[in-house]
Amino acid sequence: MNTSWLFKMAWRDSRRSRQRLLLFMSAIVLGIAALVAINSFGDNLARSIDEQARELLGADLTLSWSRTPTKRIQRLLTSIGQDRAYEVAFPSLVSIPRTGGVRLAQVKGLEGRFPYYGDWEVEPRSAIATFRRADQQVALVDDALLVQLGAQPGDSVRLGELSFLIAGRVEKTPGQAAIAATVAPTVFVPNRYLAGTGLLQRGSRVSYKYYYQFAPGTDVARAIRPVERRLERAGINTDTVADRKRQTGRAFGDLTKYLSLVAFVALLLGCVGVASAVQLYVKEKVASVAILRTLGASGRQAMLIYLLQTAIMGLIGATIGAVLGSVVQLALPQVFGRFLPIAVQTTLSVPAVMSGIGTGVLISVLFALLPLLSIRKVSPLRTLRSAYEADTAGRDPLRWLAYGLILAFIIGFAYWQTRNLQLAGWFTGGLVVAFSVLTAVSLGLIWLVRRLFPTAWSYVWRQSLANLYRPNNQTVILVTAIGLGAFLIATLYLTQGLLLSRVELSGSGQQPNMVLFDIQNEQIAGVRDAVREQKLPILQEVPVVTMRLTGINGRSSAADTAKPIDQPQQSARTDTTGPPPWAFTREYRVTYRDSLISSEKPASGQGPYQANGNVYISVEKDFLSRLRAKIGDTLDFNVQGLPLQTIIGGTREVDWNRVQTNFLVVFPAGVLEQAPQFRVLMTRVPDNQTSARLQRVLVSRFPNVSAIDLGLILKTLDEILGQISFVIRFMALFSILTGLLVLSSSVVLSKYQRLRESVLLRTLGASRKQILQITAIEYGLLGFLAALSGILLSIAGTWSLARFVFEVPYQIDPLPLLVVATTVTVLTLLIGLFNSRDVLARSPLDVLRGKG
Amino acid sequence: MSILRVEDLTRTYSSGGRDLTVLHGVSFAIEPGDTFSIVGPSGSGKTTLLGLCAGLDRATSGSVYLNDIRLDTLNEDQRAAIRNQYVGFIFQNFQLLPTLTALENVMVPLELRGEKGAKQTAQSLLERVGLGQRGHHYPTQLSGGEQQRVSLARAFANRPKILFADEPTGNLDTDTSATVIDLLFELNREAGTTLVLVTHDLDLAAKTNRIIRIKGGTMANG
Repeated sequence: MNTSWLFKMAWRDSRRSRQRLLLFMSAIVLGIAALVAINSFGDNLARSIDEQARELLGADLTLSWSRTPTKRIQRLLTSIGQDRAYEVAFPSLVSIPRTGGVRLAQVKGLEGRFPYYGDWEVEPRSAIATFRRADQQVALVDDALLVQLGAQPGDSVRLGELSFLIAGRVEKTPGQAAIAATVAPTVFVPNRYLAGTGLLQRGSRVSYKYYYQFAPGTDVARAIRPVERRLERAGINTDTVADRKRQTGRAFGDLTKYLSLVAFVALLLGCVGVASAVQLYVKEKVASVAILRTLGASGRQAMLIYLLQTAIMGLIGATIGAVLGSVVQLALPQVFGRFLPIAVQTTLSVPAVMSGIGTGVLISVLFALLPLLSIRKVSPLRTLRSAYEADTAGRDPLRWLAYGLILAFIIGFAYWQTRNLQLAGWFTGGLVVAFSVLTAVSLGLIWLVRRLFPTAWSYVWRQSLANLYRPNNQTVILVTAIGLGAFLIATLYLTQGLLLSRVELSGSGQQPNMVLFDIQNEQIAGVRDAVREQKLPILQEVPVVTMRLTGINGRSSAADTAKPIDQPQQSARTDTTGPPPWAFTREYRVTYRDSLISSEKPASGQGPYQANGNVYISVEKDFLSRLRAKIGDTLDFNVQGLPLQTIIGGTREVDWNRVQTNFLVVFPAGVLEQAPQFRVLMTRVPDNQTSARLQRVLVSRFPNVSAIDLGLILKTLDEILGQISFVIRFMALFSILTGLLVLSSSVVLSKYQRLRESVLLRTLGASRKQILQITAIEYGLLGFLAALSGILLSIAGTWSLARFVFEVPYQIDPLPLLVVATTVTVLTLLIGLFNSRDVLARSPLDVLRGKG
Repeated sequence: MSILRVEDLTRTYSSGGRDLTVLHGVSFAIEPGDTFSIVGPSGSGKTTLLGLCAGLDRATSGSVYLNDIRLDTLNEDQRAAIRNQYVGFIFQNFQLLPTLTALENVMVPLELRGEKGAKQTAQSLLERVGLGQRGHHYPTQLSGGEQQRVSLARAFANRPKILFADEPTGNLDTDTSATVIDLLFELNREAGTTLVLVTHDLDLAAKTNRIIRIKGGTMANG
C-alpha cells in the first residue's frame, strides 16, 4: 500500500476542515487534561513521599503500645537509638474557661525534641522552644480546636485539674494531614504536667509512644531486627520510615488511581462526542469517498485516509490536553489540601504525559473507527446516483470488533490503573449500564415528545420540539454526554446527604445521642446526678472491664514464644491454622449482662450464660471467624492479673452504626462484678446547648470523664465528606465541561444544515426573532432533557444505595437537584445560542449563492 | 479481442419488497479505439448500463468483460484496481474532490498507481486542456466548463484503455459544451482510447461511430 500517498491525501483532504476536526477533537482535551493532571500529581506525590519520608514519621522509628510494658521491655525501649522523645496520648474533654467552650480532644503529653524531622508549624514559632523547655504549664493547640472553641493563643485551656497557657497555634504536625486535626484535634502539653491533671486514671484509653532518632546513616530496619520479635510479643507496634512511606504511598496511590478513573469517564465522554462528530463528518465525506473509489482507491485506502486524519487530530488534541493537564496539576495540591501529609513538589511527569497522549490517541481512534468503518462500504455508484444509500446500511461484523476493542481497552485501562481485575470489570460494567440507561432514557423522552406532540402549540414551539427528532439529530448523543455530567454531580450531592442522614438516623427517635465514658465506679452516682440535673434521661449504663486473651483452646501466645527467635516473622503471620498472633496482643473491653440489646441480634448458639460452673460468653460473629475459633471453643482471659476460662456459647450480629457502646465479647452477669471496671452512660440531649451545658458540668466535676455527642460526629463527618466531595467534584467538573464541549462541537458541525434550514424559513417569511426563539427553545429543551436524564439516573442509583446498602429511608433534598437542572439547562441554552450566532446573522442570499 | 463485451446483462433492484428490473438481457461488444454512444430517454437504464460496464456496480445476471477480464466475479476492491488501471471517467456533475486543488485532482489516479512524476504529468495534462495556470485553484474557484476540463485531464491521466462519459455536457451551457466535446474527442483521438458516451443528446451521439438505444431497460437496436 502506498503509505505516503495516504498521508498526503489525509493532509490535503483535511485542508478545508481542519478547524472543525480540531473542534471535535477538543472533546478529548479535558479528559486527557484530567487524566494527565491526576497521574502527574500521583507521580509527584509518590516522589515527594519518597523524598520527605522521614518527615512523615517525624523520627527514624516509633514504637507504640497501650499496656504497661514489663521492666525488661522498658529497659529495652530506653536502650534503642541515639535520642528519643516520649509521648502519652489519650482522649479527654478539654475546656476554655474564658469562652466556656468544651470539646472532646486528643491530649498528648510530650517530652524530648519531637519532631526530629520536618517542620512543626506553630504560630508563633517561639512557642516551640517555650514548650520544649517545659518549665511552665503551656500548651500548643491545633488550629481547628481553637477555632471550634473560640479560643486563641494567650487564653488558657483546662485539662482535668490543671490549666495551661495556650502558647501557640499548631497549623501542621509533621506527617499528619490537616484533615486529621478535624477528626481528632490535639492539645500538646509537656509530659511532666500530665500526671497533675488527674486524667490518667484506670480505664482511660491511654497510648504511649517513643520517637527515636538514630545516628545518620543507620539502617534502622537492620538495627531493630534482633529485638523485633520481642517487641511484637510484648504488644509493641513498630513503625519505621520505610513502613510509613509504604503505607502513605499505597493510600495515596490508591486514591489517585481511583480519581484517574473519574478522569477517564470524562475522556470516554469526549470520545463519545468524537464518535458522533466523526459520524457527521463521514456523512459529508461520502461523496468524496465515492469519487476516490471510482478512480480506483480501495475501501481500506479510503478509510485509512480518514482514520489518519482523526489519529493526527487525536494526537494534537491529546497533546494539548497533556499540556493543560500538566498545568492543572499545579493546582491539585490546593485541591487535596487538607488530605496531604506532606508538601508536594510539582514538576512535569513525563510518564504521565506520554501515557496520557498514548491513551488519548488510541481511545479516540477506537471510537472514531465505529463511524469510519462505513467508509469501506461506500459504493462508487454514488458518483452516478447521488441518492444511492444502500451501501452503508446493513450490518458490518467489524463494528462488533470495534465495540469489543473499546470494551477491552476500557477494562485494560481500569486494570492498569487499579491492578484489580474485578474492580476493572465493575467499572466497565457500571459505565456500560450508565451509558445504556442514559441512552434509553433519552430515547424514551424523544419518543414521549413525538407521541405527545402538542399540535395546538405555536409554530415556534412545534418547530423546536420537532428539531429534537429530525433526521441527523444529535439529541441522544448530547443528552448522554451532558446527562452523564449531571448524573455525576447529582449523585455526589445525593450520596453525601444519604451518608449524613444515615448517621442522623442512628440517633433519632429515642436512641441515645450522647455517650459519657471513662466513668470510674466511685463517680457513677455523681455523674447520674449531673445528668438528671439537666433533666436528661439515663438510657443505658454499661460496665466495661478490660482484659487480655491468653489462650484459645489451650493454645496460647506462649506457644508462639517457644518458636526460635530467628524464625522469619512472615511464617507466624501467614500461619492460618492456629490462633492469630494479634489476638493475644490486643486489649479486650468487655461488658457483662444476660440479655442482648436492641443493636444486637443472635446469630448462632445462645447469649451469655452460666451453667455447671462454666462461663459461656457471646462473641461477635465476624470477630469469631477472625479469631479462627468456633462455638464450644475455650477462651482463656487474664482479667487484670486473674486467669478466667470461658467457653464460646454463641455469636451475635452487631449494628455498629449507633451512638452507643457495642462489644465484641459479652460475659454473663455474675462473673465480672468484682473486677476493676469503669462505666459508660448513655443519654439523649435535645440540643447543642444542653449538650454543651452538661459537658461543662462534667469537665468541672469529673474531669476524667469524656463525652461525645452525635452533633460532633455529624459535624466532623460533614466536614470530611465536604472535603472529599470537593476533590471528586473537581474531577467530575471535567466531565461536565467535556459534555458542554461536545455540545459546542456538535452545534458547529451541524451548522451547515441549520444554516440552510434557517435560510429556508427566512425565505418563507420567518423573522429573525422567530429563528432565535426556535433555537433557544430547542437548546433549552435539550439541556433540560439531559439534566432530567442524569438526575433520574442519579435518583435511581442513590435510591438503590439507600435501600440495599445503607438501609435508610430515601429522602431527597430537591434544592441541589434544582440547581443542577437549572445550571445545566441554562449553560446548554447559552452555548447553543452562542455557537448558532452565525446562523442567525448570515444573510439568506449568501447561503443561497453557496457562500455558506 | 473486444475491449468491452457485455453478455445478456440484467439488473434488478429490490424496492419496497418489489423487484424492479431496470435492465434486461443487454448484449454488445466494443472494439479497441471505437467511439460508442448509449442513448435513451430519462429512466431508460442507460446510466445503470454505464455503471455495470465500468465495474461500478454488479449485474443481477449476465457478464461484463473489460479488456477480457470478467468483472462480475471480482469483488469491489479488485474492480477498483481494474478501474484504476484501464478506465477513465467523465461525469455530468464533474465529481472533482472539493478539498483538492485542480492539479491534485488530476494527480490522484497517478498517485494511486504509485507512479513517479505524477505532478509533471498532471501539470502537462492541465496545460493540454488550457488550465496550466489554474492548477492551484480549488473546484469551487473554477467555472463549470473549467471543472469539466480538469475532469477531462484527470480522466486521461492514467492513460485509460476505455473512457466512460456520463452526460458530459449535461451541466454546461451550449458554448462551453462545444468546447468540452471538441477537447474530449481530440484527446480521445490522440490517446487512441475507446470512448463510451451516455447521453440523451442525439447530436452528440452522432459524433460517435456506433449508437445503441436503450428503452425500458432493453436494447432497441445495436
